Amino acid sequence: MAVVKFPELQQRLARPTDTTYIVNFWATWCAPCVQELPAFEQVRAANVGKKVKVLLVSLDYASQLDKKVKPFLKQRGLQSETVLLNETDPNTWLNQVDGKWSGALPFTLIVNNHTRQRATFEHELSVAELATALQKFPN
Amino acid sequence: MNKLLPLLTLCLALATSSFAPRPAADGYRVGDKATDFKLKNVDGQLVSLAGNKAAKGYIVVFTCNTCPFAQAYEARIIALDKKYAPLGYPVVAINPNDAADPDESYAAMQALAKSHAYSFPYLQDETQRVARAFGATRTPHLFVLKRQGPAFVVSYVGAIDDNAEDANLVKTNYLENAMADITAGKPAATNTTQAVGCSIRWKKS
Repeated sequence: MAVVKFPELQQRLARPTDTTYIVNFWATWCAPCVQELPAFEQVRAANVGKKVKVLLVSLDYASQLDKKVKPFLKQRGLQSETVLLNETDPNTWLNQVDGKWSGALPFTLIVNNHTRQRATFEHELSVAELATALQKFPN
Repeated sequence: MNKLLPLLTLCLALATSSFAPRPAADGYRVGDKATDFKLKNVDGQLVSLAGNKAAKGYIVVFTCNTCPFAQAYEARIIALDKKYAPLGYPVVAINPNDAADPDESYAAMQALAKSHAYSFPYLQDETQRVARAFGATRTPHLFVLKRQGPAFVVSYVGAIDDNAEDANLVKTNYLENAMADITAGKPAATNTTQAVGCSIRWKKS
């Protein structure tokens, strides 16, 4: 699991690719986030071989990486790509993820830079909601 | 058209700039007048903004019992009241979370306020109408109100500081900086900041 600073994540999100990225901001301490993680896993599994990828961005403290985050991922058997965003001050990055995000977790961004499509959700998503949202994107 | 174009370009630039002011969920922005409320405190009394005649304003913080970020800031919120209540800006804490969760119930709020010796009201927003009016989305989510005549004007919205995990590592005290301006009778130089927190647990309609 990679630990990244925001510029690295931003570069990743801005990459000119035709792959649709489902980017979910979460944390092990966020109960609704933990509840919706299986939905992202299901969507990932349903889209293997397609140009759809899931990226889970943990906002856990970097100090909790070995103690909490890694054991959590292992225990849940999460196979989606996961990074830990090691930033303490949301004022340096939050608005640059999306201007509509007020900072509540969970937050999900679906983005396709090729078609310039974006959709954002500042609430928990079900598999059905996620699938419906994804239908508008190329795959 | 030629005259309009630069303006249009500017508008577009502002609309797409990542630093543009955030059009968050509907709710109060700096400059808005807050509607007064009456919410039940952990001591059983109803508390309103107008009720405390001596207050020059309030530090209203939407917080809760269970969110780890709210817990991380709890000691700092207690310290804020100690510092700013004597300056006329007491803390008013409001728990907007669905009280169906036993850990967020009124009884659990009473227990927490007692065990941690809250010096400020800890109010239950049972209908969640106050959180919706303010546009609070997360805990903690903070609003500074300043009394102007009969009105309470939103003067700061956002974060307490720049490090939730460790108060000792804070580099920028966003709220304290804003309060220095506000208590000096000036508008806050930085009046809106960003924070991360737990989504308010809205009642299942």
